[in-house]
Amino acid sequence: MSTATAVDERLAPTSLVRRLLGRPELGAVVGAAAVFVFFSFAAPSFLQASSLSTILYSASTIGIMACPVALLMIGGEFDLSAGVMVTTSALVSAMFSYQMTANVWVGVGVSLLVTLAIGFFNGFMLTRTRLPSFIITLGTFLMLTGLNLGFTKLISGSVSTKTIADMEGFSSARALFASQWNVGSVTLKVTILWWLALVAVATWILLRTRAGNWIFAVGGGADAARATGVPVVKTRIGLYMGVALCAWISGQHILFSFDVVQSGEGVGNEFLYIIAAVIGGCLMTGGYGSAIGSAVGAFIFGMTSNGIVYAQWNPDWFKFFLGAMLLLATLLNAWVRKRAEAK
Amino acid sequence: MTKSVSPTPYEKSSAPALVQMTDVSKFYGNIRALQGVSLEVHAGEITCVLGDNGAGKSTLIKIIAGLHRHDAGRFEIEGEETVLANPRAALDHGIATVYQDLAVVPLMPVWRNFFLGSEPTKGRGPFRRLDVDFMRETTRAELLRMGIDLRDVDQPIGTLSGGERQCVAIARAVYFGAKVLVLDEPTAALGVKQSGVVLKYVAAARDAGLGVVLITHNPHHAYLVGDRFVLLKRGTMAGSHTRDSITLDELTRQMAGGSELDELSHELERVAESGPEHPSGAADPASGTTAL
Repeated sequence: MSTATAVDERLAPTSLVRRLLGRPELGAVVGAAAVFVFFSFAAPSFLQASSLSTILYSASTIGIMACPVALLMIGGEFDLSAGVMVTTSALVSAMFSYQMTANVWVGVGVSLLVTLAIGFFNGFMLTRTRLPSFIITLGTFLMLTGLNLGFTKLISGSVSTKTIADMEGFSSARALFASQWNVGSVTLKVTILWWLALVAVATWILLRTRAGNWIFAVGGGADAARATGVPVVKTRIGLYMGVALCAWISGQHILFSFDVVQSGEGVGNEFLYIIAAVIGGCLMTGGYGSAIGSAVGAFIFGMTSNGIVYAQWNPDWFKFFLGAMLLLATLLNAWVRKRAEAK
Repeated sequence: MTKSVSPTPYEKSSAPALVQMTDVSKFYGNIRALQGVSLEVHAGEITCVLGDNGAGKSTLIKIIAGLHRHDAGRFEIEGEETVLANPRAALDHGIATVYQDLAVVPLMPVWRNFFLGSEPTKGRGPFRRLDVDFMRETTRAELLRMGIDLRDVDQPIGTLSGGERQCVAIARAVYFGAKVLVLDEPTAALGVKQSGVVLKYVAAARDAGLGVVLITHNPHHAYLVGDRFVLLKRGTMAGSHTRDSITLDELTRQMAGGSELDELSHELERVAESGPEHPSGAADPASGTTAL
């Protein structure tokens, strides 16, 4: 009985506040509220409905990628190629459609296969070589950047693709990836739906499926996961392919919103995804975080990037704000977690 | 608490040994990690593997657990010769291993750790999901059977004490129908009282009809619960005894006594020179051989 009593003494009842403090998203939610209040005062037009739709749109473009990147980071890995992979996906779709067929859907399908193959390559190389994902995906990042420019110039003769707006299937593809509706004076874009759906699916996977348990385990203790029979290699490759799938969605959105794709785009976006995930409570070392947090992180990004414009400040300051936000969020997360685990 | 674990009937002598190793060897390149080691594990018995650091205990455990394949000798599970491809294959044969690092993920809740790798699900197709209520309740109930009353199975397992985590790992193995429980130095990092508690659960697992392999370098702990004793020294078998054929004093003497004391002190110097060996070393394939 001695152990049972000793254990009992250590167990304090868990209050609602402590449960709340234990959530990974808490820091991000507090941060988002602070940013919202700040810009509400600093920029008079910030609270208008049309501003909100713009903020949601830019949040969604980052959030669609931040969501799988958050899952990947919970699984303990990085993907530095995520930004240019979006461009690659759009380029493959545009150029294949233009050169090979008359129907854009063929290009869209080929692009999906190619992008998933890139994700598989990242995961396969990582699990095979056991090199840090930083190195592997930095290599993929550089290779894709070069391929994007090289192939586009080779095939199109310029740094951007030719327009595919007059091709068969364009309007239906546009409806899926880049449509928008007017609700009163507000324009809502379809990426917001993609974003919310992805976050919902990712949260479901993370918290209520075996795969989710494996993601946490692979990131929080790969050796323990392997010893208990978790398919570590498959989980890691799956996470990279998840990033690729979302890169495909983002890429198709870019293609069908603008008809053409600039081959040099996407560089640097991978850090925005990582920042959104980290602000949302993901640990850099893996094993902790949430998909909802990444959405809040992306929302903070949307508010900050647009809030500076609405406040009529020089947008040059944006990067400074983003960096400060990242630092503050990380510190807040560390503090909250320490408090939550203290007792 | 051990009283609540009801012993199940088992055949002691008629059935083949749960695990029988005969002259098993393992080489890492030109390094001989293990040579000619034999041991047997029977249901309802505790086989203790004793040896100093670098004796090959870790290598032996990794072969039984399916992390490494043996290079020579016979490895039979319930009378059938087997080569385990991976830890999953060992688990499928009913061999559960509790490592020193306990194979738990510190940041994850106790209930997620309890079912890690073997999560129960309900529902079909895309709605196939973790049976969370069942997982929570089972974890709580199984730990209670071991005398740990966790009201909050949602707390990260990293917040439990070493002895509690050890018991969670043992409870997990017992729950998942392990026939053979392999324990890698379960008392190494624990105080006297916690060690006693853990040994009590080891005995409880034995009484429940499991075959237990207890790896330790403490002959006192081994003699408290052991039925068979295999002594390893520098990768080879230095002795094999049943409980009737050896006394605690003799066991202790064989572990570190007589003419071997010089050798041991020499070995200890070598260990001291090369720095203390990490007790876990799960990711290091040569961890069992560093003192050679």
